[in-house]
Amino acid sequence: MSDFEAVNNGAKIGHAPKPLWLLAEVTYRCPLHCAFCYNPTDYVTHTQNELTTEQWIKALREARKLGALQLGISGGEPLLRDDIEEIVAEAGRLGYYTNLITSGVGLTEKRIAEFKRGGLDHIQLSMHDITKEINNFITDTNTFELKKKVAAMIKEHDYPMVLNVVIHRYNIEHIGEILDMAEQIGADYVELANTQYYGWSLLNRAQLMPTKEQLLKAEAVTNKFRERVGNKMKVFFVVPDYYADRPKKCMNGWGEVFMIVTANGDVLPCHSARVLPGLTFPNVKDADLDWVWNESPAFMKYRGDDWMKEPCRTCPDKEKDLGGCRCQAFLLSGDAESADPVCSLSPNHHLIEKAIEDAKNPQLAAQPIVFRNDKNSRKLVDGESDELVADFHALP
Amino acid sequence: MSDKIKSDDVFGLARHYRFQWEEAQGCYVLLFPEGMIKLNGGAGEVIKRLDGKKNVAAVVDELKTAFPEAPDLEADVVAMIELAADKAWIERKST
Ligand code: SF4
Ligand code: SF4
Repeated sequence: MSDFEAVNNGAKIGHAPKPLWLLAEVTYRCPLHCAFCYNPTDYVTHTQNELTTEQWIKALREARKLGALQLGISGGEPLLRDDIEEIVAEAGRLGYYTNLITSGVGLTEKRIAEFKRGGLDHIQLSMHDITKEINNFITDTNTFELKKKVAAMIKEHDYPMVLNVVIHRYNIEHIGEILDMAEQIGADYVELANTQYYGWSLLNRAQLMPTKEQLLKAEAVTNKFRERVGNKMKVFFVVPDYYADRPKKCMNGWGEVFMIVTANGDVLPCHSARVLPGLTFPNVKDADLDWVWNESPAFMKYRGDDWMKEPCRTCPDKEKDLGGCRCQAFLLSGDAESADPVCSLSPNHHLIEKAIEDAKNPQLAAQPIVFRNDKNSRKLVDGESDELVADFHALP
Repeated sequence: MSDKIKSDDVFGLARHYRFQWEEAQGCYVLLFPEGMIKLNGGAGEVIKRLDGKKNVAAVVDELKTAFPEAPDLEADVVAMIELAADKAWIERKST
């Protein structure tokens, strides 16, 4: 009679997928400029046409009807909108388990108290390093002290403390100290998320990617820490797929559990799906989410495994990873329907090997980082990217 | 009952966990930061009764009354409580 089904990592959801996780990327505006930001590099084209409060509320209602349960409010920095209180309160009424994903900038005593009243369940705070230098360098801001203050505020208001630390070459050797700091400030969950290379982080890949040796060491340190603290603090170590032999089951499958609504209302099966060619994504302004999830051509396109070609089509492991990430396949090889190049069986696997080699090349690694900001985004949109990423030669 | 679970142990949901009925799934779910667990059939019935007040023996009795035809119910319930405690979904409230 004991019958549990974990839905957070890799569980099979059954025949009729439901968008259990709804991510609301409510704005692409952000006071930080992180080098590893996975937001689209052309985000600047989506900062003037954000959904209104009413449109967000409509989207929340429709998604909840479809079975959405976990709601992430992210961005950009969601707190740049002044209606997050209203959105949170509506989510609470609808029965969502709601998470605010924030850099901490803009969180005040007044707002956090209002969130509590509205039923916000937890706050996920991004942290970057134990040193002020790295924190400020990688985010291109002066936010080190602020993050500590915000962490204390979250604790005071009795929220579960969820820290998210994106890992890259500049902080990977500090993982032990980062975990100690997390323990000190009373974190309940820590996510050590190795950088995934999309959006801005793909531009900066050669500068951000750690070596395999650094990664193995970081994993060992994390495991030792886990043994010591046990259940008191849950530590997730999100493995960087470039060093894996098989790809990740991206988003747990296209249109299987995740649905993302972006700042301007586009509905996507994953954060970066808009890079894929030949797909038109529906928008909550004029489409019902039931239709979007169950029938829209964009959500049907890579659902299941009918779209696969060799080597995936006849691969005995295809259920395990569904051929990996469509965006990564396209971004690296130019072919969205090919196996994720991370897979050692992929004919494009050499692209990953080359990226790893490039990251060891001191010249490439020393290129200036392209920080995520409006000016750079505008340049990338206007096709002036050459001066920014002259040596980004991994693209087809 | 078992090495880890005693009949007078009292369990309740772990701090920051939420338990609710989901109409769209037709089952109970446990919600927490970074995840959710679907509690199919009996699992939901057990967790529902871990209210931080009743002890394990009382929970087993209640379930026996609610599901009189379930065979070997006590062992199943104890195994499930052990698993849930192990995963830190529930915690000991007092003794
Ligand atoms: S990764 Fe950094 S720049 Fe990107 S949205 Fe988050 S805080 Fe802003
Ligand atoms: S060949 Fe395709 S399905 Fe098989 S492991 Fe590689 S990516 Fe996955």
